This record gives sequence, C-alpha cells and structure tokens, in this order.
Amino acid sequence: MQIYLPIAEMPISVMLILAMSAAVGFISGMFGIGGGFLMTPLLIFLGIPPAVAVATETAQIAASSMTGALTYWRRRQLDFKLGGFLVAGGLAGTALGVLAFNAIRRAGQLEAVITISFLSLFMVIGGLMLFESLRSVMMARAGKPVRLQRAGQHPAWLKLPWRVRFHRSRLYASAIPILGFAAIVGFIGAVLGIGGGFIMVPALLYLFRVPTQVVVGTSLFQILITMTAATIFHAASNQSVDIVLAVLLIVGGVVGAQFGARAGRNLKGEMFRVLLALLLLGVGLRFATEAVVKPEEPFSITIQGTRL
Amino acid sequence: MIGRRVIAALALAAALVCGGAAAQAQSLVTSLSTHRVLIGSNYTGAQIAVFGSVEREGRTVARPDPNDVVVTVTGPRRHILVREKERQGPLWLNSEQRRYGDAPSFMAVLTTRPLAEMGTEEDARRLQIGLKNKLTPAGAAQSFDTGEARFTEALIRIKSNDGLYQEIERGVTFLTPSMFRAAVSLPATAPTGNYDVSVELYAGTVLLSRQQTSFEVVQIGFEQQVAGFARGWSLTYGMATALAALFFGWLATVIFRRD
Repeated sequence: MQIYLPIAEMPISVMLILAMSAAVGFISGMFGIGGGFLMTPLLIFLGIPPAVAVATETAQIAASSMTGALTYWRRRQLDFKLGGFLVAGGLAGTALGVLAFNAIRRAGQLEAVITISFLSLFMVIGGLMLFESLRSVMMARAGKPVRLQRAGQHPAWLKLPWRVRFHRSRLYASAIPILGFAAIVGFIGAVLGIGGGFIMVPALLYLFRVPTQVVVGTSLFQILITMTAATIFHAASNQSVDIVLAVLLIVGGVVGAQFGARAGRNLKGEMFRVLLALLLLGVGLRFATEAVVKPEEPFSITIQGTRL
Repeated sequence: MIGRRVIAALALAAALVCGGAAAQAQSLVTSLSTHRVLIGSNYTGAQIAVFGSVEREGRTVARPDPNDVVVTVTGPRRHILVREKERQGPLWLNSEQRRYGDAPSFMAVLTTRPLAEMGTEEDARRLQIGLKNKLTPAGAAQSFDTGEARFTEALIRIKSNDGLYQEIERGVTFLTPSMFRAAVSLPATAPTGNYDVSVELYAGTVLLSRQQTSFEVVQIGFEQQVAGFARGWSLTYGMATALAALFFGWLATVIFRRD
C-alpha cells in the first residue's frame, strides 16, 4: 500500500516504512541509542529529500526514546539527575558544534573531515569494545566474576571538586568530567549530524562505570529531551518535518522499541557490549566501504533553494 | 480515456475555426488532456496527453521535407548542485562541482522520430532541442569550461534514472496526416508547481510554428492542508508533531505493559 507524503512530495510504501522503523526502534530500545544514524540513510536511499529525512527522523527518535525511557523508568533504571547533567552539558556542546560546523564548511573541508571522523569513531570505539567485551565473555565462561564497576575504585579524574552523588547510577563523581564529556558528545553530534547516543553509551559504561541497564535508560532520557526540541526546531526553522511520514515512523518505532527494551532486560552485560560493539563496527564498515570502494556513479545531485 | 476523445474532437473543431486565420503557411493547434493534476493520498503519478493538429493553407505547396513535431514539457525550476567524487588518497570524496541555477526539476522531450534523423547535432543545438541543449544556454557551445559537458551528462543520467528527465524518440505519433498525439508520463516524485508545455512544428530544420501551453500539479484535500499548515504555522506544526511522538511513545508502554 502506497501513501503520498505531503512535505516530501512523493509516495511511499506504508509496510516498508513500518518494518524499517520497527527494526530501528528495536535497536534503539535495546541499546539506548537514537538510531538516526541507521534510519536516515535508509530514508534518503528511498528517495526522500535529505532535509525531510533528517528532520522527520527526529520525531521517530523522540517517540521511541520516550517509550524506551518510560519502560526503564518503571523498572527504576533511569537516573534523572545524571540525565539532567548530560542534557545541560550536551546543549553547550551542541551550540559549539554548530559554530564549528559552519567554520569547517567555510573552509571547504567538511566532506573529508566528516568521512574521516565517522570512520575513526565507529572503528575505534567498536574495536575497543569488541575486544573488551569478548574478553569478559571468555572470563565469564571460565567461571571468573566479571564486573565493570568495582566498589570504591574510582579513577582520579572522577575525584575532582564539585562531587555529586548519583544514587541510581551508583556513582559519586565530580560534575566537571560529566558535563565536559556530555559537551564533547554534543559537539561531535552537531558536527556529524547524529545524536551521539552510540558515543554516550560506551562512555557511561566504561568511563563512569554506570550499570548497563541504567546507562540505557538514562541515555534514552537525554535523547528524548534533545530530539523533542530538535523536532520543533526543524519544523519551525525549515518546515521540512513530514507529519505523515513521522506518524508511520513513530508507530513502527515505538512498537520496535518496546520489544527492544524487553529484549535488553534479558541480556547479560557483557553480551550487551559484544552486540553494541558489533553494531558499531558494522556501521563503521559500511561507511568505510562507501568511502574506499570506487563508486559506480561518481556523480551526485543535490537540489537546493527549494521551498523546503 | 473518454476525456481524451472529447478533447481530440474539440481540438479538431478548434482547428477548423482558427486555422484559416494563421499567418504562417503551416500552423499548429494544440490541446492538453488536463490543465490540473491533482495530488491526493493515493497519488502515484499521472499521464497527460498532448493533442495537436497541423493546419495547411490550401494555396501553399507542400514542403518536400516531412513534418516533425517536438513536444517539450518543463517543470518548476530548481537550483541543482552536481558533484563528482574523486580519489583522494584511499578515500573517494566529492571534489569538483557545478551549479545549475535554474535547471528544470522535470523535463520530457518527445519527438516524432530520433533527433539524429531530424538534423545534425549542430542543428539541434541551434534550435535548442533535446535535454542536453535545454540545459546548456544558447551560445555556450564554445564555452571554455571543458568539464561542463561531463556534469550535464551526469545530471541527465541521474534524473533519467528517476524518470524525471525523459527523451522519448517517436513519442509523438501522427494519427492522421495532420493530427498527432503525445503521452507524457509524470512520475509521482515530480514536484508540485507549474509545468510549461511547448509544441514545435519543424519541416527539416526550419521552425514553422510553436504553441505554448501549461498545466499545474497541485495537492488537494488533506495533503494540501498539511503542507499549508507546515508552512503557515510552522511552530504549532512542530509542537503538534513532537506531542504526537510523545503521545505514541507513552501509548505503546500502556498497550505493551505486562504487569
């Protein structure tokens, strides 16, 4: 069944969009990431104008992170306090990132910078995580206890002044590295045009040693706040949110996210990290092949200055 | 289908009335099957028929060259950027680019026979017939920009793959020695706006007559309201979308709640 999208100005298959958004929602609910870096390229591939794809995708991320965050909150696996700090730091970083984005674009190096950053980010984070998590799985098999969080053991930089107690996250740490880190993630997200959940989740796991389930819930909360604001911002500034496409994406996304959050509950911490690492490496490899393999069609066209 | 017959008959009738007044020895009378293409929620593209009749004045001697008809449909113009990927070290990155300031978002060129049979490439360039020549401004043939042709070809190739640029040889068929028809298929991705239709009559490479008409592609009903709301009330529209997202998100937790 096809339905016409009034803002994208093209028809689309309803079933295809529902299936795709359910799959991405599942991943979002399970890993505590937005999933925009998976869905947006798919939408553009289907012929939806990039501006509409990016803007409309924010609505789906808002919806699936809402349903995911609520589920984790009911299980008492959402740290509002930590989430609030992440939102505050993230906002500052995003503002700086937008400025940097414009500066890099003026210098004409944006394409290379983005491609290389994407590649190195996905590959390095994914690779490190895979190595660590596989070792944990092995240790668990061998019967040795695996715990990322060791009680009473905190790296020195968490002991900076202005220490705050985050009960849910079992964390007593300085707010300075937390705010700083959230700002870096917001900065990278704004430059690369992604939400940054896939950087936030490993960071909370490894650097701050927050329990896996709380990481997912808190990350979803932060994504929910930023993406709700982004949806309104996109609609008001460039009128490229397609509400018909948004509803299809939302319906598929929330159903997928519910099942994802449920599946994540039964997942062991080390297995969670193996799967997330594989996901990151997979996406990184996709970007790498795209950049390294000789393209079949070296030319591409961009339509500018439309009403959108 | 019935509409087309009626319009064909009307076109013929109109031809009989107006034909005599034409100043040229051979003139054109044309008609479209519709002047408004309406987009509803089940829109998947449209077909537009162009009908025409060639009027000969009784006294003129028929030219030895056969008549050729060229129908050109041009959609709303857009600013299009064409970029080429080149190897830089191990990576393929966008490097060179060309801007097309007012390239048509949709273009269809239909002819009675292949352009190559109608005249030389030089003729086609001079008369501005065909996709390539429509995209190259007159007099630009001697341009020093050697890369230009590469980019124009790429633009045509990519747009043709999406069905947005079409060059259809023998797309215009003569039903009788003086009456012809051409069918233009508009893909669903063709944007809303005004489409110009130009019908030209050639004898060899001499332009005998040209007729201009147009049709528009518009959204109606729900689609029109949504598009209008998104532009006129963008902040409210954005908040409504965000609220819908949050509502559906909450609804899913209620529906799928187990305990």
